[in-house]
Amino acid sequence: MADQSLSAPSSPSSPDVLLILLKARTFIALILVFAFFAFNAPNFLSTANMVIMSKHVALNAFLAIGMTFVIVSGGIDLSVGSIVGLCGMVAGYLVLNGIDIGLGWSIQFNTLEICLLVIAVGVFIGAINGFLITKLNVAPFIATLGTLYVARGAAMLSSDGRTFPNLNGNPEYGSDTFRWIGAGEILGVPVSIVMLIAVGLLAAYIATRTPLGRHIYAVGGNERAAGLSGIKVNRTKYFVYIFSGFCAALVGLIISSQLVAAHPATGNTFELNAIAAAVLGGTSMSGGRGRIGGTIIGAFVIGVLSDGLVMMGVSSFWQTVIKGLVIIAAVVIDQAQQKVQARVALQAQSAIDS
Amino acid sequence: MKHPIGLSIRNGTKIYPGTVALSAADFDLHMGAVNVLVGENGAGKSTMMKVISGVEQLTSGKILIDDKPVTFKTTEEASRHGIGIVFQELNLFPNLTVAENIFIAREKTRGRVDIDKAAQREQTRALMERLEQDIDPDDLVGDLRVGQQQIVEIAKSLAHDARILILDEPTSALSAAEVEILFRVIADLKANGVGIVYISHRLEELIRIGDYITVLRDGVITGARSMKGVDVDWIVRNMIGESGKDFAKEIDHPFGDEVFRAEHVSLGSPAGGLLVDDVSLSLKQGEILGVYGLMGAGRSEFLECVIGRHPHARGKMYVNGVPLKEKTVAGRIGRGLALIPEDRKNDGLVEILSIRENMTLSSLKKFTRGLYMSLTRERQTVAEFVKRMTVKIASAEHAVSSLSGGNQQKVVISKALMTDPKVLLMDEPSRGIDIGAKAEVFRVMRKLAADGLGIIFVTSDLDEVMSLSDRILVMSNGRVTGEFNRKEATNGALVEASAIGHATSSRNKEHV
Repeated sequence: MADQSLSAPSSPSSPDVLLILLKARTFIALILVFAFFAFNAPNFLSTANMVIMSKHVALNAFLAIGMTFVIVSGGIDLSVGSIVGLCGMVAGYLVLNGIDIGLGWSIQFNTLEICLLVIAVGVFIGAINGFLITKLNVAPFIATLGTLYVARGAAMLSSDGRTFPNLNGNPEYGSDTFRWIGAGEILGVPVSIVMLIAVGLLAAYIATRTPLGRHIYAVGGNERAAGLSGIKVNRTKYFVYIFSGFCAALVGLIISSQLVAAHPATGNTFELNAIAAAVLGGTSMSGGRGRIGGTIIGAFVIGVLSDGLVMMGVSSFWQTVIKGLVIIAAVVIDQAQQKVQARVALQAQSAIDS
Repeated sequence: MKHPIGLSIRNGTKIYPGTVALSAADFDLHMGAVNVLVGENGAGKSTMMKVISGVEQLTSGKILIDDKPVTFKTTEEASRHGIGIVFQELNLFPNLTVAENIFIAREKTRGRVDIDKAAQREQTRALMERLEQDIDPDDLVGDLRVGQQQIVEIAKSLAHDARILILDEPTSALSAAEVEILFRVIADLKANGVGIVYISHRLEELIRIGDYITVLRDGVITGARSMKGVDVDWIVRNMIGESGKDFAKEIDHPFGDEVFRAEHVSLGSPAGGLLVDDVSLSLKQGEILGVYGLMGAGRSEFLECVIGRHPHARGKMYVNGVPLKEKTVAGRIGRGLALIPEDRKNDGLVEILSIRENMTLSSLKKFTRGLYMSLTRERQTVAEFVKRMTVKIASAEHAVSSLSGGNQQKVVISKALMTDPKVLLMDEPSRGIDIGAKAEVFRVMRKLAADGLGIIFVTSDLDEVMSLSDRILVMSNGRVTGEFNRKEATNGALVEASAIGHATSSRNKEHV
């Protein structure tokens, strides 16, 4: 008996290695997926494909970053896909028409002003989510489900369901640079990727190095204890929904610029991909746990998987099935990690206690 | 033999990864008697009960019932052998009614499909009569007081005709009147031949009610005998291996100026009436003010009013003579108030976060310049507090849920102290922690008071309030019903004051 109890703490290496493998699982999955397609899909490794793929991934990654904060705080934001659609329409409308104030002439905007207005729309809807959830005590699922419909409806209404075409802008108004957001490059890197890096770094900094970030984790872990510790719970929740709305507005801008057109159905079910990326990256749906880095890797796994399968000529029906299986597998492995981690901590603690 | 042995463990050993929770234990459970089990937290009491009730299985050794070895793979198997357990943490469904809770997973049905609600209600009513409780079978469990919930939990075991009933700290949430009822129920069960295992930290209670006692230390049984001639000293000696640790040593020190004053604080209850009814008090620097009262006397609610959890509370409060205008918890922490809540799990800790993150939750501003938060300084401060509070941890990065109750409490206290409070509000600071940790917590309280902190602490333990407080307030039904200096306070006077206006307790006195 005594032998067994002594040998257990003296061989900590095996659970440690296991734990590291489990923690890095999303990254390992990314490498495996990547390697698989590199061998099996023609042209997968070409520069052109890499650029296209990372542009695809970026769109989902933006939403997933915002979603990670929301989920870590113990909520959910279903409205991001609709915000993407609405923001795209607002951008398209502003580029084409400006704002008609009904005096026979209209106000036209340059690209920067358009961007700021569109972002303001996203932030505003995020703030409405925050208001519903904190002040009116609506469950996050219901509140954001409501704004999902309202925002999608508003997008349809803005054009009677039609597409805003040819968003090339007008040099006279300074809006001809609108296309640059989707098609331009900074030092050879697509603008949307540069933006993703900036937003990703900002979000990671907030999450790990600011009191605000710590508060988000605490609110998601135990709202009552967080409140009694002096954390402004409502303010923290406002922030996460506003930030999520902000990320969605960026995606709306980028998509309408990339397509040079705005369609009101854009962004349909994007929220589900964002949730999937966050979960794949190790975010816990019950709140309190998740990392920005993990989420971005999760977004890459999903993006590489779907683009790679397309290149291999796998039918889109099978793609959907495979994506679903990957997500389920991710959560199952996540459970295993939690177990191992708790065991390691308990072991170390009981060694101290006794 | 007067009390036949209904169940025994022979050479029972339970090994968890890295630790021996129970080591070669021999335990006999006497039927028709109260078998008391005592030991510090982590001594192996719970492990032993988990083994008996089928939650866990022995690593080696065996369990015998009527001299036949048995193994319980699940709680279901154990309960088929007539073993019922009431856990310390209640396993009830707040969203279901009392009757539904009592018959959960064993519903009375017609034809295995349709629940026979009338029959369930009838039996529940009969059980409540037996337990002398005025609880309606259709009440939602979530609407009941904690003490009543405990009664429901006990009723649940009774409903299953348990032959062996394990009670894990059943009185920790009960009022004095409810404890008396429980003891009568236990006597009744004993007379019916039920074997009872009774776990508690309240030693006097054990001596009063127990017939046999088993003391555990570090997974080893250090003493087992019949209760005759057992005194507190004997129990403590076997529990901690040395003759008695005294509680806080008194440090005499002068009090400073008034640091906190509350005037006419009242809080309405959502059900109508007042939870806190016109409470006024004053506290000096360096003073420990004990607030004694039963569960539901409004003590915790008063502390919550002070920390700002109830924005609708009425009344005025002052810190250092300056009116407390801040409405939010954050604002009040900023003014030098800090609360150590009664319910660590729900109110005190964010269990998913690490020890470090929990400790610094209230004082992150300290490590932040503009947008930059210094993790290095955070780690240093945490290390300092871990040392100062003698928290036993392997690493500050582990989840706080891996700690024992006493160490968790020290983490919560550290969190409060990191905000540099002037007034410390402590709600049942010793709840659910073992004697060793208790003594340490009390020592810390004494030392803080000597350093000039004002402390208000709430407790329902007479010994605690008598030995720790400089001054004692008694609350009952939301009102202050007595104030005593340490010198003039007596147990009798406190108990009497705590029963003023207490309908249930006076009614039960008539029964006695």
